[in-house]
Amino acid sequence: MESIQQQFVEILGAEWGFMMFSLATNMTFIFAIVVPLLLGVAYLTFAERKIIAYMQIRVGPNRVTFFGIPWLRGWGQPIADAVKAIMKEIIIPTSANKFLFILAPVLTIMPALAAWAVIPFSPELVLADINAGLLYILAMTSMGIYGIIIAGWASNSKYAFIGAMRSAAQVVSYELAMGFALVCVLMMSQSLNLGDIVNGQQGNSLLNWYLIPLFPMFLVYLISGVAETNRAPFDVAEGESEIVAGFHVDYSGMAFTVFFLAEYSNMILVATLTSIMFLGGWLPPIDIAPFTLIPGFIWLLLKIAFILFFFLWFRATFPRYRYDQIMRLGWKIFIPITLVWIVLLGAIMQLPESIRNVFPLNIWF
Amino acid sequence: MIFQDILFYFFSAILIASALGVITMRNPVNSALLLVLSFVTCAGLWLLLEAEFLAITLVLVYVGAVMVLFLFVVMMLDINLDRLREGFWKWFPFGAMIALVMVVEISMVLMGRYFGHEEMPIPEPKGTDYSNTKELGRLIYTEYVYAFELAAVLLLVAMIAAIALTLRHREDKKSTNPSKQVKVRKEDRIRIVNMPTEKKE
Repeated sequence: MESIQQQFVEILGAEWGFMMFSLATNMTFIFAIVVPLLLGVAYLTFAERKIIAYMQIRVGPNRVTFFGIPWLRGWGQPIADAVKAIMKEIIIPTSANKFLFILAPVLTIMPALAAWAVIPFSPELVLADINAGLLYILAMTSMGIYGIIIAGWASNSKYAFIGAMRSAAQVVSYELAMGFALVCVLMMSQSLNLGDIVNGQQGNSLLNWYLIPLFPMFLVYLISGVAETNRAPFDVAEGESEIVAGFHVDYSGMAFTVFFLAEYSNMILVATLTSIMFLGGWLPPIDIAPFTLIPGFIWLLLKIAFILFFFLWFRATFPRYRYDQIMRLGWKIFIPITLVWIVLLGAIMQLPESIRNVFPLNIWF
Repeated sequence: MIFQDILFYFFSAILIASALGVITMRNPVNSALLLVLSFVTCAGLWLLLEAEFLAITLVLVYVGAVMVLFLFVVMMLDINLDRLREGFWKWFPFGAMIALVMVVEISMVLMGRYFGHEEMPIPEPKGTDYSNTKELGRLIYTEYVYAFELAAVLLLVAMIAAIALTLRHREDKKSTNPSKQVKVRKEDRIRIVNMPTEKKE
């Protein structure tokens, strides 16, 4: 690294050389995050189809394979789907607002990918180690909604517009519960930096993870995350049986695929954030020999996969919520729970040291 | 710092162009979207000023929540552009006055030399471990706690007033109560009777 930086400085001068060097390294890191992420999205769709198929006593995709290898049957499916999507024509409805119609998928995928910039994959492995990491994530995920409402409006179609309105109201309401749940996390860790949040859960075992003192917040965050990504059972924005496919009903080919990619990378993002904030990120469950030998990155991946399995499990298990009950759950149940928990946590934090140490189950501090 | 200058002019150009677009676009949806763009570029400018907490909060609150609802309303309106332009000349003197005040304010900042602004020292750049968020939180909850609480109470009053004004109780409204539905037991709804089997005649 040092020698490459020196070469940059020699060619371009002190100031520009350094800028260009950091630009080049950052671009490399961005590719190193985005390419595996998109591959992960492709294979998440495969995992979803397979897992739900086995839950429903079917087999799922089992035809497409690589080079005719029999034991890889089905593993070529996501690649084949991607090739099919690229080949298809992007149809633009005649009465649509063409510029916004094309802009909408771009606006959906941009925040879904940009939020990954501050995710720490292991103690050293993070693209942007900024102080206000958690706030940045909240800001980015709240921008994802624009793609959906613009898509619904620009399509100039009733179903798309209804889907967009449902989705906008749902995402804005669940964002509040999500934000309040995260306020609890940052009260515990006393930092907005995601790396510090993971370090705050350091201890001997999983008893130190925020999962245990903040268990209600974990549930609120996970369920709000499902609602935020418009996944089943909160997928009224798509609601196939009522409004065909919701906001992306008029999209085809790659434009549709981009919405799809954004939805799945948001799913992976919520799973990653849940594992970082409640399940100890890269920390092993118990600090003894066989567990500590496994690198932190693998632990994080395992936790992400565990949470993602919940997403698929929910989809295979629960029927779709009715819309008024979605709103009731968000506003009348989750927000009061989180507010009570914030007050409770604040009260415990204000207790004098001597009383806190006497606490029978001193899981908070 | 030539790189920072380039970033500053880049953001400023986009900000001015999008702000002009907000007031010149014919379609209100385009205007609202350009307003979103100007908020985001404004956040970029604030980041250059090392105000990362305020910049991200601007995106989070205005772009993420306020403008979504704004766009939501604008999209559902069926606006007649001719009716909008009717009162233009009536309101023109008022608008011109506001513009004049703004021009004076901006010129006071830009021509700071003549007003003695240069006596203020340029703030020192802070180190990487300096947390904007922590400092702001500390100030808000210690020095400016009364002002902060007053603002919070004002917002609460406004919120309650808005809800009270728009809340209408309808007598004929039909709604379900999920907690009541969940509480229902089999015994309340159905009665299993034991019937003797009928003989075939």
